[in-house]
Amino acid sequence: MTNIASSAQEPADVVRLDDVRKTFGDGPPALNGISGRIGSGQIAGLVGPDGSGKTTLVRLMTGLMQPDSGSLTVLGFDAAREARSIQQSIGYMPQRFGLYEDLSVRENLDLYADLRGLAPDIRSATFDELLTFTDLKSFTGRLAGKLSGGMKQKLGLACALLQKPRLLLLDEPGVGVDPISRRELWRMVEDLTREGVSVVWSTAYLDEAEACDSVLLLNQGELLFAGAPGELTDRVAGRVFRISGVSGGKRAALGRILEREDVIDGVIQGDALRIVLKQAPEAGAPRADLPAGASMAPAEPRFEDAFVDMLGGGPGGRSALAEAATARDPTGGDIVIEAKGLTKRFGDFTAADDINFDIPRGQIFGLLGPNGAGKSTTFKMLCGLLKPTLGEGRVAGYDLRRDTAQARNRLGYMAQKFSLYGDLSVAQNLDFFAGVYGLSAGLRRERTRLMKEIFAFRPVEAMSAKDLPLGLKQRLALACAVMHEPEALFLDEPTSGVDPITRREFWTHINGLVEKGVTVLVTTHFMDEAEYCDRISLIYRGKSIALGSPDELKASVTGADMPDPTMEDAFIALIRQSDAGSSA
Amino acid sequence: MSEATRPQASSSVRRLAALVRKETYQLLRDPSSMLIAFVLPLVLLFLFGYGVSLDTTRVRIGLVVEEQTPLTQDLGFSFKASRYFEVVSGQDRRQFEKALVDGDIRGILVVPAVFASDFAAGSEAQIQVIVDGTDPNTANFVQNYAQGVVASWRAIRSAETATAGRGIEVEQRFWFNPELTSRYFLVPGSIAIIMTLVGTLLTSLVIAREWERGTMEAMMATPVTSLELLAGKILPYFVLGLTSMTLCVLVAVFLFGIPFRGSIVALYVLAATFLVPALGQGLLISAATKNQFLASQLALMSAFLPAFLLSGFLFEINSMPTIIQWVTLIVPARYFIPSLQTLFLAGDIWPMFARAVAVMLAIGALFFVLAARSTRKRIE
Repeated sequence: MTNIASSAQEPADVVRLDDVRKTFGDGPPALNGISGRIGSGQIAGLVGPDGSGKTTLVRLMTGLMQPDSGSLTVLGFDAAREARSIQQSIGYMPQRFGLYEDLSVRENLDLYADLRGLAPDIRSATFDELLTFTDLKSFTGRLAGKLSGGMKQKLGLACALLQKPRLLLLDEPGVGVDPISRRELWRMVEDLTREGVSVVWSTAYLDEAEACDSVLLLNQGELLFAGAPGELTDRVAGRVFRISGVSGGKRAALGRILEREDVIDGVIQGDALRIVLKQAPEAGAPRADLPAGASMAPAEPRFEDAFVDMLGGGPGGRSALAEAATARDPTGGDIVIEAKGLTKRFGDFTAADDINFDIPRGQIFGLLGPNGAGKSTTFKMLCGLLKPTLGEGRVAGYDLRRDTAQARNRLGYMAQKFSLYGDLSVAQNLDFFAGVYGLSAGLRRERTRLMKEIFAFRPVEAMSAKDLPLGLKQRLALACAVMHEPEALFLDEPTSGVDPITRREFWTHINGLVEKGVTVLVTTHFMDEAEYCDRISLIYRGKSIALGSPDELKASVTGADMPDPTMEDAFIALIRQSDAGSSA
Repeated sequence: MSEATRPQASSSVRRLAALVRKETYQLLRDPSSMLIAFVLPLVLLFLFGYGVSLDTTRVRIGLVVEEQTPLTQDLGFSFKASRYFEVVSGQDRRQFEKALVDGDIRGILVVPAVFASDFAAGSEAQIQVIVDGTDPNTANFVQNYAQGVVASWRAIRSAETATAGRGIEVEQRFWFNPELTSRYFLVPGSIAIIMTLVGTLLTSLVIAREWERGTMEAMMATPVTSLELLAGKILPYFVLGLTSMTLCVLVAVFLFGIPFRGSIVALYVLAATFLVPALGQGLLISAATKNQFLASQLALMSAFLPAFLLSGFLFEINSMPTIIQWVTLIVPARYFIPSLQTLFLAGDIWPMFARAVAVMLAIGALFFVLAARSTRKRIE
């Protein structure tokens, strides 16, 4: 690897793509004529929502898959003919890290060292270096299956780095890993690029894209953009604004603003709104009719703003679903969802420890936390899927333990993974859920008809749910969850991995429903989703370590070193504080 | 040998050793593998050793003697003395109808009122056998043995009365398994079934699991070749299959007292050969499905059940429809089971073994070629 002759001939581009096409079965093309290049010695982002073709492209780069047409050159080798030469010089970490869960950390390293032909005399030095680098030194005897998500990810990385690769391919290394581990991984990868390793990092998180040296932005198998992320964000420079001081309902205000002709995108950020205009306003032009008392200030453009702009802007601010919903008076201020000392123990492990909060009608409450922190456990206790060991959960006044059926009839549940019947058609799924919720025949017809209209299901009515594109699956899941007009809506990581347009459409519906008096509980580790919440409980190691509005949480960590923290900064700082507190 | 190829050869050995070591650790740590390789075989073996027996003994029947005469009483005693029947006596066939329907008894034998007079007159004296046709095996059994009892009774009777017996007496001798104990051929046969479980089911499961967990993908992105990957899987399961077989043979010989008249060399030659098609089939299944559930279903349908039903283990191949007989030709167990039975009960019959070995190797080669073709280092 320290071969001087070969590094002299090293091509400037580690990957070259020339009109690469790939189709699976009779579906739409997974990759539809991708051409581009990835320069050496940098972190290149392969960015796009789920189903955009990222994994296919990474696999093509490893030589494990062949394109239908077009050519790929990786490290100067042709991926179709010289796959073995590529595999000698790359490190590859597939989505689930490629570890053997029933082998220990050390045994996994040994296996990959043998497979990669690491010379025995340098082995112990290499292991030592990698274990120090990944902070796994004290866990060498532990089975990989017993490591946390973040530690597995680091071990996967260590295995991919054994024979220092010239190119490191990471397929969605950030999925299922908390933000702290993600940041650590990023720092490690940056160190590698300084040593001359080129990195391809595939991700659905657009904030990760921003930090890359260059990106290939994919959407539905098409290459939307190739270049430095800054070039893309420059396209929306001067068009991004932050509106603060909105009084009387940020959700309603956002809905109105999104309906305007000159606004192409808008999201809620804590108590403020963030909007993107179609054109940069002329200097000195009067700021058009803002809500009373609100002020508008330019904001830093983000990668996501530019992505939405490229896709032609987000959907409008009107939700037909919300307009058709029966209004419940949101002013009564009654508590719809309530957690009182909720505790769940599995054996001697406390998954959730004394969780308390209450959600008034017409609010969005978020459970935020790393994987395995206990947010799903809490969530499941509140929708009656798990019996609490101690404490009480109530929905719409009903005790979930005693009146489970009544409580469940008043809540709608949307699971994280696609949980509809894939082999049933769209219409059959709607009918089925209408039936499950016990709607009368007349009402059932009425509601399914309405859902088909609102979500434009008519053209795909007869399609199997599993064959729908991701965005439509998302819509169908929402339609099934709100079929019976629930008072409370439970959303489990509802928009992770979906494209930003679908995510905005989804939140437009949710915001509209909340305005009509629906109460929402959402679990997420996605910071953008957290911003939509009225209040958030940060769950860590089974405990609620912070509770407040997004702005309050951000304010609580604001200091000299962090004048304007993001939600993710706040998240990380609060967890670090909690760690420091428990070890002190 | 050039400078360039030598280090490659040694690194290939090292990769293979690493894969075998990995597989061995996994095997030893995974309780479900141990279950399939050792516990399940023992359960099956005990089932065939103790539980299942194709010799039906002591069937409960109802005996109706319509007219009590010394002659009919004598016939009745013959039935009661038979080791095959447990006899409940009655006066009228109607009183047994319910018991037959309920399955309390398996048949009704009626000695009609005219029996004695017919017999005395030297004409065809008949008895009636009523059987439960829902279980044809037992029904046949009752019918045949009842006939047997009557026949021998008649023979004794004629001898006693010194009436010249005109029938030709057939005396049967069974070689190698004189008592015709079904356990003697069921237990050796079940060893083949067990090796199918380890060779095909377990192998296809563990490879499908690698696909499911994404480790196969990570393996393939290393310099490892597909030949090394396949060999790394096969070697440990080959050894495991032979270990499992050894355990079974020990149990068969020392616990069940099955005679072992052949040689140990022949046993291992046959078993090792049988593992070739078994492992090949496991590889082929996992390469085709890449999914544990499908792999297990396919392994059960295409390997386990044929080994059970189409190998001559339970059902005589000669009595199968011709087209099924053709199908049995590609069931490796069909060649292995008779060889094993011969090995245990008769001894080394090398001409027979050689033929079985040749055919099993041929079937195995076919599976391996197909498996290697579908396990190229590709993900699709």
